[in-house]
Amino acid sequence: MNPEPDSSIGPLGDAAVVVCFGDAIDPEIHDKVMSFAQQIDSSPPPGLVEHVPAFTTVTLVYDPLVRSFDEFHAAVLDMLGSVAPRTVTAERDPVEIPVCYGGEHGPDLDFVAAHNDVTPDEVIDIHSGTTYVVYMIGFAPGFPYLGAMSPRIAAPRLDTPRQAVPAGSVGIAGSQTGIYPIATPGGWRLIGRTPMQLFRARAQTPSLLAAGDRVRFVAITPAEYDAVVAARAAP
Amino acid sequence: MKIVKGGLLTTVQDLGRYGYQKIGVTTAGAMDTFSLRLANILVGNPEGAAALEITLQGPVVEFTSDALVAVTGAELAPKIADVELPQARAVAVRGGSVLTFGRSVSGCRAYLAVAGGIDVPVVMGSRSTDLRGAIGGYEGRALGAGDRVAVGPMPAPAKEAILEALSTNHPLPFALTRRYVDTADQRARPTTGPVKCVRGPHFDHVTDAGKRAFFGERFQVSTQADRMGYRLVGPDLSPSHGRELLSSAVTTGAVQLPPGGEAIVLMAERQTTGGYPVIAQVITTDLPLVAQLRPGDTMTFAEVGIPEAQAALRAQHRALADITKGINDR
Repeated sequence: MNPEPDSSIGPLGDAAVVVCFGDAIDPEIHDKVMSFAQQIDSSPPPGLVEHVPAFTTVTLVYDPLVRSFDEFHAAVLDMLGSVAPRTVTAERDPVEIPVCYGGEHGPDLDFVAAHNDVTPDEVIDIHSGTTYVVYMIGFAPGFPYLGAMSPRIAAPRLDTPRQAVPAGSVGIAGSQTGIYPIATPGGWRLIGRTPMQLFRARAQTPSLLAAGDRVRFVAITPAEYDAVVAARAAP
Repeated sequence: MKIVKGGLLTTVQDLGRYGYQKIGVTTAGAMDTFSLRLANILVGNPEGAAALEITLQGPVVEFTSDALVAVTGAELAPKIADVELPQARAVAVRGGSVLTFGRSVSGCRAYLAVAGGIDVPVVMGSRSTDLRGAIGGYEGRALGAGDRVAVGPMPAPAKEAILEALSTNHPLPFALTRRYVDTADQRARPTTGPVKCVRGPHFDHVTDAGKRAFFGERFQVSTQADRMGYRLVGPDLSPSHGRELLSSAVTTGAVQLPPGGEAIVLMAERQTTGGYPVIAQVITTDLPLVAQLRPGDTMTFAEVGIPEAQAALRAQHRALADITKGINDR
């Protein structure tokens, strides 16, 4: 396997470096991102504090009191020369996320349908008929940036973001789709809501999803939504 | 410790939450990490113990038992029974003493450390409060009236300092200890002068005129300034090209340039990722300087290289070690 000739590396301030594998939202580029992230997990370079994978980059935060920029940069370059292809652990099944589309849980479903000249049911079919890749977790704790959504249900952000988007809301912004794990202000068009908890700060694994995971949405009824919420509240 | 009044924004902070940015959890932590470390050193805590970060208008705090405390950072006129506490000096207080804050003299954020550290649950490796994520600290929020904040077991040097100080005849409503920072040593923390930056990955997104303006002209901290970041008012830095960037990780100190042309300095509670061009990065040693600016204050930026930035950090680290030794040997 050839090393990554398309990668570049540069400083991000005095305590981080960024490795970049391309400039587009693309499954192949993201595979390189995740392969490198996996390599860092298995053999972290000395001085590493943490690393953050994104669409096309892996940012490595380091402690300059342990390794200078030159030293850390050289160590990362060495690693880039030997990126092993990502070992996909038996192609993990996609994480299934139940979603109650439309109604009070998805106030913008009709807008998204009208904007694309399709019916709300078609929006649901298209949205839940795709397997998505988690490109990155960012913006808020546990918030997944998912790709690739069908351009047939793309929709612009709200001109004025909502003051409070309920936790679990599933939204669309341009041709991206994502899920709000915590209640926060937000400008994505909301088409539904999941009763699943995507982020629990005190849990052993706080975030349900990680970069590199695959996700599928499954449509549920309002009654099924309520049942999951009720079961969660039960002792 | 009992909180009688919360003040404007009083939160529990340590040196921050690291290792969880890949799942979108910000570092949070003290804005002025130098002052936090100093306060902890004064009361004999590990440098990274949790303390209270106090913003402009301080809280009213009642100590429910004898304690060794120190206030550093912004000068917000801390008082016990109407007598002002010295800045950057550990004092022993009797249980029942009430600490108040008065007029804000200089700076924006003060740190109140208590020997033993603020004992809130460790969440994802840190006691810091992440306000937006409602994670860590005291129930994930700012302190308010009626909250009771636990203090951890006191380290031995602190116990001795309290006993010694309180057993002597002290005319003040608190007892001064020999655990103080020499004025000369305080120079280890930058308080004036330009904020030093290294170039950001997207420095070339700014026009030549914008580059000259960034490293030459004066910027003002707008009223949109909080623990997440400071929006700056100053010369127009309009990006030279409008190509959208894909979101990528950002770090504290990043100077982002949104399309409007007004720069934002990302601070301790920033988001973990961002899609605006990052034109510069405040160096680690100068973040405390930015943390102490208030809305309306002005600043200039000066460019340094990464070797210089990292040398400054090593120097600051050595200075803190010297201060610690000085206090413990006195």
